[in-house]
Amino acid sequence: MEIFETVFVRNSLVVAFAVVGLTIWISYFLADKLTKGRIHGSAIAIALGLLAAYFGGKATGGSTGVADITLLGGIGLMGGGMMRDFAIVATAFGVKLSELKKAGLAGIISIFAGVIVSFIVGAVVAVLYGYTDPVSVTTIGAGAVTYIVGPVTGSALGADSDIIALSVAAGLIKSILVMIGTPMIAKTIGLDNPQSAMVFGGLMGTTSGVAAGLAATDPKLVPYGAMTATFYTGVGCLLGPSILFFIVNALL
Amino acid sequence: MIVYGVALLSACLILGMLIGEVLGVALGVEANVGGVGIAMLFLVLASNSDKLKALVDGASGTGIQFWSAMYIPIVVAMAARQNVVAAFEGGMLAVVAGVAAVIVSFALVPVISKIGNSDTSSEESP
Repeated sequence: MEIFETVFVRNSLVVAFAVVGLTIWISYFLADKLTKGRIHGSAIAIALGLLAAYFGGKATGGSTGVADITLLGGIGLMGGGMMRDFAIVATAFGVKLSELKKAGLAGIISIFAGVIVSFIVGAVVAVLYGYTDPVSVTTIGAGAVTYIVGPVTGSALGADSDIIALSVAAGLIKSILVMIGTPMIAKTIGLDNPQSAMVFGGLMGTTSGVAAGLAATDPKLVPYGAMTATFYTGVGCLLGPSILFFIVNALL
Repeated sequence: MIVYGVALLSACLILGMLIGEVLGVALGVEANVGGVGIAMLFLVLASNSDKLKALVDGASGTGIQFWSAMYIPIVVAMAARQNVVAAFEGGMLAVVAGVAAVIVSFALVPVISKIGNSDTSSEESP
């Protein structure tokens, strides 16, 4: 058992490649046999990943899902920010400049609309749940933007740590729902071309959610959605502790 | 050489991240503003440029394509390391706020996509 652990820990990234490869193979097999290809294999793989993260978190009490299990530590590196960003940028290879220009204006509008709309929704829910102080309402609203904007805004405004945790949770729920929900809703909202993918990325904003949601819908759309989504968190961090807080402060 | 493509990809990411970080400092924000998006723009420009053909054609290009193809496996690993437990232990407020934000944002996709479409159709019409 000790030898087993030594080898797995010493080669953690390689173990991650093998485990993820196996997961994807199983997922594509299930997608083909059980759903006759109606649900994309990568959607199943992502759902399995989230499920595993839940049980990993429950078992270890850690905050990085499966990666807290000693034998699967490499998943943390493979699925971490560095590798994610590296692979996202690589998807831009072969993208046509003309497609980007076509959706430029709508893309920019979608980023601001997305941040403001998600913030309002989050803030209204906070008020409905009985929060009345502007700092808490702003922080929870910012959490509905993304799980990064929430804590950045909360710490800038000096929110309580339980409110910050709540804002992170709201952002995580959003991210997970975008991962799972996108392939289901794609047809209804016309998400089948580069332009709508850019608008989608700008509106949703959660890079992980958009990245996984589009991958499970149509991998060709990934670079367009990811491009706008990566500006979203920055815009959110810009507006949250400033203009949006001032507005909330004036209203409450 | 495959590594040329990988190096170009890396250079794009690092340059984009640096600019994103500088933008964040300039705007007084504790975040990287669009670093990845800017890096993607660099890669698009590089892959459409004639001068950098040697870095994106043939074997060099496969170095970039490999990482592009590794994207979905990396996203699966990313899903497996999310703090899913915390998301569900945040209580009903967090769930309601998250779900409502997603539903409203989904509904806005067709509305704002129309802005782009009406723009292009007006450009095309004489």
